[in-house]
Amino acid sequence: MHPTQLEISRRDLLISSAATVAAIGIAGGAAAQASRNEMAYTTKLTFTVNEEGRELDVDNRTTLLDALREHLHLTGTKKGCDHGQCGACTVIIDGRRINSCLTLAIMHEGDAITTIEGLGKPDDLHPMQAAFVKHDGFQCGYCTPGQICSSVAMLAEIQANIPSHVTDNLNAEVAITPVEIRERMSGNICRCGAYSNIVDAIIEVAGTKA
Amino acid sequence: MQFDTPATTNPIDRLKVIGRPIPRIDGQLKTTGRAMYAYEWHDSNVRCAYGYPLGAAIAKGRIKSMDISAAKKAPGVLAVVTALDAGKRKKGKYNTANLFGGDEVQHYHQAIAVVVAETFEQARAASVLIKVAYTEEKGSFDLKAAMDTAVKPESEQPDSAVGDFEGAFRAAPVVLDETYTTPDQSHSMMEPHASIAAWDGDELTVWTSSQMIDWWRSDLATTLDMDKEKIHLMSPFIGGGFGGKLFLRADAVLAAFGARAAKRPVKVALPRPFLVNNTTHRPATLQRIRIGAERNGKITAIAHESGSGDLPGGGPETAVMQTRLLYAGANRMTAMLLATLDLPEGNAMRAPGEAPGLMALEIAIDEIAERVGIDPVQFRIINDTQVDPEKPERPFSHRDLIGCLKLGAERFGWEGQGRPGSRREGSWLIGTGVAAAFRNNLVMPSGAKVRLDGEGVVTVETDMTDIGTGSYTIIAQTAAEMMGVTIDRVSVHLGDSRFPVSAGSGGQFGANSATSGVYAACVKLREAITQKLGFNSDDVVFENGEVRSGNRSLPLAEAVGPHGLVGEDTMKWGDLSKTHQQSTFGAHFVEVGVDVDTGESRIRRMLAVCAAGRILNPITARSQVIGAMTMGVGAALSEELAVDTRRGYFVNHDLAGYEVPVHADIPHQEVIFMDETDPMSSPMKAKGVGELGLCGVAAAIANAIYNATGVRIRHYPITLDKLIGGLPEVT
Repeated sequence: MHPTQLEISRRDLLISSAATVAAIGIAGGAAAQASRNEMAYTTKLTFTVNEEGRELDVDNRTTLLDALREHLHLTGTKKGCDHGQCGACTVIIDGRRINSCLTLAIMHEGDAITTIEGLGKPDDLHPMQAAFVKHDGFQCGYCTPGQICSSVAMLAEIQANIPSHVTDNLNAEVAITPVEIRERMSGNICRCGAYSNIVDAIIEVAGTKA
Repeated sequence: MQFDTPATTNPIDRLKVIGRPIPRIDGQLKTTGRAMYAYEWHDSNVRCAYGYPLGAAIAKGRIKSMDISAAKKAPGVLAVVTALDAGKRKKGKYNTANLFGGDEVQHYHQAIAVVVAETFEQARAASVLIKVAYTEEKGSFDLKAAMDTAVKPESEQPDSAVGDFEGAFRAAPVVLDETYTTPDQSHSMMEPHASIAAWDGDELTVWTSSQMIDWWRSDLATTLDMDKEKIHLMSPFIGGGFGGKLFLRADAVLAAFGARAAKRPVKVALPRPFLVNNTTHRPATLQRIRIGAERNGKITAIAHESGSGDLPGGGPETAVMQTRLLYAGANRMTAMLLATLDLPEGNAMRAPGEAPGLMALEIAIDEIAERVGIDPVQFRIINDTQVDPEKPERPFSHRDLIGCLKLGAERFGWEGQGRPGSRREGSWLIGTGVAAAFRNNLVMPSGAKVRLDGEGVVTVETDMTDIGTGSYTIIAQTAAEMMGVTIDRVSVHLGDSRFPVSAGSGGQFGANSATSGVYAACVKLREAITQKLGFNSDDVVFENGEVRSGNRSLPLAEAVGPHGLVGEDTMKWGDLSKTHQQSTFGAHFVEVGVDVDTGESRIRRMLAVCAAGRILNPITARSQVIGAMTMGVGAALSEELAVDTRRGYFVNHDLAGYEVPVHADIPHQEVIFMDETDPMSSPMKAKGVGELGLCGVAAAIANAIYNATGVRIRHYPITLDKLIGGLPEVT
């Protein structure tokens, strides 16, 4: 994300969201009527997805998740809850993982986005994808793209020595342990309950790298 | 094919492909995001419109009026269809509540409108512009209060009784009489219910997320008042179901109505906060268990009573069923009561009946074992039965609960279990717990079509679904084994109503039933090939891509010729499941730590030992079990739908409020399968395992928490507020 392109502080954003909620609550119909003429609903947007430049004209309300799924038909990124509770929509932006349902598409002008489709293909799997297949780190497969994108970026976070809630010693290098992995992966829910296998897959990939 | 005598030796017994740890054949698709789920079908020539649902804002009453004028004028809106427009519909066979149509509101978030617009954002924004006026009626939302007017459910046999329970219970030297509760639970699968509907004249195509293709197709036809044959339903990938996608849901109905009104294909996904109150849930239970035992540990009297609630016309949570079969005891009774509740529809969730029943029963067994003064593993072994305790002339087809308990105890290191509250590591109170797992083995008719083409490729078509269970893989293994080819020569197509009707996915009957259907179709195909070649059917062998008889052999591709050959059949079941009780068994062992300061429980170790007939694929079967164990952790520690008894709905209706286990909650899990077959079950000699894995887990955890703390909690989930008052003083 490039903060310069959308100069808005978190505080401003909270205030404007609250105002929006209030407006809908009081006179939603009228607001929608008035704004049809006065406000542009859509914005032109350019970003890179899986190393391919893409141009879109999206509704300002479109999440990055829906831009990927509904506009670009990159349906590997999943919509599980649409409000940041499940992690199925995890993608990687400039190396960091993000819940693509919690961010608007128009906030990503110029960004480089990697989705599950960009990590590997069925006949050319990313090592993490191969490890998930080998360890059966999934069942229904719906949370899987998010788990895999999250795993890949999560290992990079550990390598960058970013601490987590369970990191004991902030002065030492963060070790790749099952406890660290479980803590850092806890934003990705798997209702099928493949966690034990997912951690095995991640540890194998982490071991190969080290 | 009719399965009415126990299986003898058949080609499956070669175990060249079946029983092998073969990774899922759909793994590459799922891990690269190429597996296409219901909402994801797209064709560059067809622009789908978006439907967004509106749910009732009251729990019970009537819709007086709906003003859709503002919504219709909102940007991008193509159509608005209300429940009043749709009118009262005939209800599908499997639903309790209406999905859509008419002015009656039976539960909160019942679908009352769908707004169709060019974009998702437009449809969602317009949906809140609909103004609804209701006439609200008083509803019944509190299970405990509603039990006063509860009645015997209309199910086949709500009660059972053998011997003289009351007399034996009074005479027993050691007794237990306790009450247990389990809360309403949510399936909360990761993929919300979603459908795309497209009309072509009077024919309807639906991409959806369904465990049971034929049930959905029939009930959709009923709801839309149309010919079932004119509906084509597809569900090739399903993002989890756990029973929540057994029965037709509102998304498919709304998409069909929306598409007809907008004259465009329409896609509808239920928003996550809609799922809990719009769809089904596992009903809460109030259970009373009484057990009388001799001082030597033999149960002489056992009674299990359960009460649950549902909408009018619904059924009970059958939480007493396992108690009729799990332990010996000459004097016994079970009973169920059903209260009327106006909460959303209660219905099947993974291991319906047994899961909440064992949550209670397996605590009770731990309690009576302690009162008798016998180790809980030993107590369960003492009370094993090899026959149906209500009908001693009826044996179990195969039952190795004792083997599971003994092997589990050995592998887990059970002998170290100390007295409650006796083990401590720093601020952690450590405890271990055990519980038996039990779930009946059901079978369902299941059909398949198998084609062998001129290239030697075997193609299987069946409307069976893969909800994460591994159906694609075990069906491919079955066909490969039967036709004597390697698994890479098999192509599997599932979840399409054009294919033969299968068992579908539910009740842990899917794997055994659906592979048996494929077995039957393969037998037909083998016969067709044998007949075409004029081979002797007595000594014909399909192996290594060849068909062989005596000294004659031919590659399969050549044998079938350029046009290929097809075998199609349905496996049907005789009365072996009536003459013999068919069930699956297991033992769960758990070690927990409870924080002495906060009462927070953490799972440290989990082991499951399962006896479930032949294991068709140890990788996918193990995944079923670890997933079920994980769901059991949720049931024990966190999962509870909170009922607002004033407004009549589940308050915590999303994944932040309804807490399912996350990575940090689950340690490494161990699973052991007993090496066994059950020839009474099917030609596959397999049984179900997906629900067995959940049965008993929560009780094993509850027992471990008791062992850690000395505090016995009988009301799930076991949250820290229930424990903290009983924990030792912090020094």
